[in-house]
Amino acid sequence: MNQGPVKQAEERRPDWAALVIAAVLVALAVIIYMDASRLREMMGYSPVGPSTVPTFIAIVLVGLAIWTVFAAFRRDFPEREHQEIAPVAWIIGGLAAQMLLLETAGFSIATGVLFAATAAGFGKRKIWISLPIGIVLCLAVWLVFAGLLQLSLPAGPIERLFQ
Amino acid sequence: MSTFEFLMQGLLVAAQPMNLFYALIGVTLGTAVGVLPGIGPALTVALLLPVTYQLDPAGSLIMFAGIYYGGMYGGSTTSILLNTPGESASIVTALEGNKMARAGRGGPALATAAIGSFVAGLIATIGLAFIAPFIVKLALVFGPREYFALMVLAFVTVSSAFGDSTLRGLTALFIGLALSTIGIDQLTGQTRLAFGVPDLLDGIEVTTLAVAMFAIGETLFIAAQGNKGPDKVEAVKGSVWMSATDWARSWKPWLRGTLIGFPIGAMPAGGAEIGTFLSYATEKRLTKHPEEFGHGAIEGVAGPEAANNASAAGTLVPLLTLGLPTTATAAIMLAGFQQFGLQPGPLLFATNPQLVWGLIASLLIANFMLLVLNLPLIGLWVRLLTIPKPWLYAGILLFATLGTIGANPSVFELGMLLAFGVLGYIMRVFGYPIAPVVVGLILGPMAEQQLRRALAISQGDFSVLFTSPIAAVLLTIAALALIVPLILRARGRGEVLSQMAANED
Repeated sequence: MNQGPVKQAEERRPDWAALVIAAVLVALAVIIYMDASRLREMMGYSPVGPSTVPTFIAIVLVGLAIWTVFAAFRRDFPEREHQEIAPVAWIIGGLAAQMLLLETAGFSIATGVLFAATAAGFGKRKIWISLPIGIVLCLAVWLVFAGLLQLSLPAGPIERLFQ
Repeated sequence: MSTFEFLMQGLLVAAQPMNLFYALIGVTLGTAVGVLPGIGPALTVALLLPVTYQLDPAGSLIMFAGIYYGGMYGGSTTSILLNTPGESASIVTALEGNKMARAGRGGPALATAAIGSFVAGLIATIGLAFIAPFIVKLALVFGPREYFALMVLAFVTVSSAFGDSTLRGLTALFIGLALSTIGIDQLTGQTRLAFGVPDLLDGIEVTTLAVAMFAIGETLFIAAQGNKGPDKVEAVKGSVWMSATDWARSWKPWLRGTLIGFPIGAMPAGGAEIGTFLSYATEKRLTKHPEEFGHGAIEGVAGPEAANNASAAGTLVPLLTLGLPTTATAAIMLAGFQQFGLQPGPLLFATNPQLVWGLIASLLIANFMLLVLNLPLIGLWVRLLTIPKPWLYAGILLFATLGTIGANPSVFELGMLLAFGVLGYIMRVFGYPIAPVVVGLILGPMAEQQLRRALAISQGDFSVLFTSPIAAVLLTIAALALIVPLILRARGRGEVLSQMAANED
């Protein structure tokens, strides 16, 4: 790896990221519990209704959160490798762009953008090359899957030329 | 009718020209996708699920069988020629296989893997055909409480018995279980955790979750490692055929690997990895050439590769007879059944024997096709391996989102895909296993239903869960599988277990 090893934190310091995970687990448990307590119980003969299992899951999640806190203080989590943020941002951005463009621009353009953004995340930053490649590839995929296999993939300006 | 007659009938179904064609497409696509680095059988099956949407159930499942076996073959090619195994079950194959490839014996390594997989697949599929009817008979006496106990056992073995942390395994499992409660409750019709979003009423699609966590999570994780330079693909030099010595050294490991792999896959214990490690250890002890181990011993490829395929066929035993998926791959295959409203289990053998036996028979046929296809086409698979990473992962995401859009072209579904992809990435960064989430999502509602049925029958008496002997034994095994690894890890003996970590399937 390019970067040197991340500086080892002192032994006594808790693993803050793990504490955040514990907090998220508790938050998840609270949401599940609140939702479960809203349900009407239609028990019949059984004491187990629609809210029993979610309540049980919520309780276990709190237990796992407490366990995670202990693990955080004992630094039981495996050492994490250095994570580059920029490539992750490129790919997430690409997925978000595809999601927003899909209905208006159609499958080929939206997914072409995702294709180019992913390639950029892996180091191919020449968008003016990768975007056209992506759009043409996606159009070919669209023709095969929407045409031959009859999947309903959203059509945009480009796809309408072939319909 | 006897098993043999059923199997013959199944072969008649599978040998129809159209079904042969589906099987051929399945094995070709499965191998092509499985060979791509970083893609294991679970993801192969999830990515290719949309291809089968428009087929009839029989054709679709037959193509599925081909994809499953093809994905397994493809994975072994990757791990031999490239030292990054596409699936955790191929880690062992990479140990010796990659060394052989570096020493210029890539051809025989690929050949022993392919023929070993064939032998193991053949024996294990026949084993599946003969064992399945017995388990189906056994399953007929199973009531809700026995099923519930069985699912608890599957939960424990998938999440916490293997891998390097009980805590992280259980956390992953319960995230899956929490996600599984989203949607309309099957017994009372009340909505849970949908927050008024109509898209959530049907719950979360297993394929969406699996594709997001495996494809997008993995892509983000690989991208975040930065540029480490390209992996080296070993060229296949010389003949791909095995010499007489190679044959002599391979056939016993094939059979031993099959004997080790099949029972492990057939038990609700999760993961083909365990079998491959046991087989490797066995071969290392029995070999006449101990000096070659670690430097490219052919036994170290032949045995584990056979064990891998035998246990993949074994996984189909609980899946088909009990409807119980024990790996992420099996969970996605179950989702494939469910898209046609089919529920695998003892009933399916009674109501739709043609389909089940057609599927089992087409596994045999897929196995033959792979043997014929795999060796001559090695050159093509090698070329797939050399696709540069940017294009490879851009293509993977293209097909990953294609599957989701094809199943349900909605912005909300893509949003879930993105959210679960990020979740999968974060879980990878912190060392959480992924498979328990997928298995929890699909088994959660089934376990809940069985539990509530059992308690409704007993009028709310919880002791009923333990008073049936079968259920009591299963729950005891589950408790042991939870507690023993905890003690082992606390005493610092966890390395063995973490080596058996089931990361991908």
